[in-house]
Amino acid sequence: MRATAAEETQSGTLVLLCLASWAIPGAGHLWLGRRAKGLIFLVALPLMFVIGLAIRGRLFPFDLAEPLVALAAVADVGIGLPYLIASALGYGGGEVRAVTYEYGNAFLIVAGLLNLLVMIDAYDVAMGRK
Amino acid sequence: MQSHMVLLVLFAFFVSLVFAVIAKDSAREQARLGGLMFGGFMLVGIVVSWLMYPFPLH
Repeated sequence: MRATAAEETQSGTLVLLCLASWAIPGAGHLWLGRRAKGLIFLVALPLMFVIGLAIRGRLFPFDLAEPLVALAAVADVGIGLPYLIASALGYGGGEVRAVTYEYGNAFLIVAGLLNLLVMIDAYDVAMGRK
Repeated sequence: MQSHMVLLVLFAFFVSLVFAVIAKDSAREQARLGGLMFGGFMLVGIVVSWLMYPFPLH
């Protein structure tokens, strides 16, 4: 059975919503009218990412020869545009000798993973599940 | 910013905040869940750090 035009429009909107929510933390919730939640995510997640960079965390490369590094890279990308901007500006090289190196990695990885959770939450809200 | 304690507090704060806001809708419920999670992070972090205290650094 072919999808109707309304269903196709809705699925297209959902894809856009998820993309926006990934790229800009909280954008999905703002789009759906959940302003308070969206603003909290918009401030908290990029701030957590910036702290991770400031304390010498590393943005891991996609190195498939080392599966854990590749998984960490996927988690890093989860934060969206801040990752792309930081990479383009040359941040996230990491300083392995710094006392805070592992803390920085934890902040960067968890910020990305939390943003992916936020994206899934926005999807659930859009689907009327919440 | 090299204090382990400050970094623990910051990490616990951000993770508790985001989880509470995702999981609950009312401000009261968010504050309750966030506070519980934050306290749990701090308690577990401090207990585990004391358990590691006897181990040598090098």
